[in-house]
Amino acid sequence: MNAENISTYLQELDPAIVLEAGGEWTTVQVPVSAWKVVAQQLFTDHQLNFLFCVTCVDWKTHLSMVYHLRSTITDTTLVVKVQLNSDQPEIDTVSDIWRTAEFHEREAYEMFGVTFIGHPDLRKLILPDDFEGFPMRKNFEDPVNMIKL
Amino acid sequence: MEVNQSAENNSNVFPGAVFNMPGGDVVTGNFQDLINWSRSNSLWPLTFATSCCGIEMMSTASAKYDFSRFGFEVARATPRQADVIIIAGTIVNKMAPVLKRLYDQMADPKYVIAMGACAISGGPFFYNTYSVVKGADHIIPVDVYIPGCPPRPEALLHALITLQDKIKRGLTREQIKAESTQSPV
Repeated sequence: MNAENISTYLQELDPAIVLEAGGEWTTVQVPVSAWKVVAQQLFTDHQLNFLFCVTCVDWKTHLSMVYHLRSTITDTTLVVKVQLNSDQPEIDTVSDIWRTAEFHEREAYEMFGVTFIGHPDLRKLILPDDFEGFPMRKNFEDPVNMIKL
Repeated sequence: MEVNQSAENNSNVFPGAVFNMPGGDVVTGNFQDLINWSRSNSLWPLTFATSCCGIEMMSTASAKYDFSRFGFEVARATPRQADVIIIAGTIVNKMAPVLKRLYDQMADPKYVIAMGACAISGGPFFYNTYSVVKGADHIIPVDVYIPGCPPRPEALLHALITLQDKIKRGLTREQIKAESTQSPV
């Protein structure tokens, strides 16, 4: 099953899931409420067993979680984007589906302040424990270490 | 009797007078000048590089440029045997305590060279970063700064020779500090 088939299947599953055109890989937008169910299906039914990149993008108006999924069996790549509210970004963890997400989600948590519901160990990954703020947010300002241009 | 008097503006000359006497030469000079002279010609750098400037430093150390020619004889992998630390690269906030500790472990007299834009001011790429120290002189005092990104090996050699001149002139940081505390204001 290729990525187009998967995206068509997902769109039939939930009309809120939309296909995003223009990227290198087939990309679908999934509403945050449907993400956990969709993720489980992608793993079990569509054999997307390798989550090779988890990241977050700050669009100023909202945050966007980006999951790059791949199948080592069918050689298929699918990108899933989930829009989040900037003020209170919360999303279900997928670390119980893809174990690698445990670290990746900790990084998104410390850099963008995204809370992953159900994550087993949501601590800062690289930043010192007492670090305040989320440095990858567009509105982040650090008066000590940053130079205003 | 022939006397080789060292000129004050030429720091490469032996800092004293040599008297050619029958049966051997007699050397006279200021003891502090002699110490500075010998110190400046045997400075052992610490192997310390945190980014791409380190590659240039390695090049300067190896056969093509070979800073041993100027007395930077051998790079030591321990701060306890090093005289000069060349800060070759970016210092991030997490590296700062390590750099301080390395500097503290070096035996006096010790000298610091800040190599490249990152060590001077935080760097051309990292001016707006939460994680980078904006210049290594926020952590340890620096004797010689080398601009560049990265500086060429010739620039590093020039900085090393500049440091030697600085030591020979007797204007080390410690001496300046000692003068300012001893002299009555």
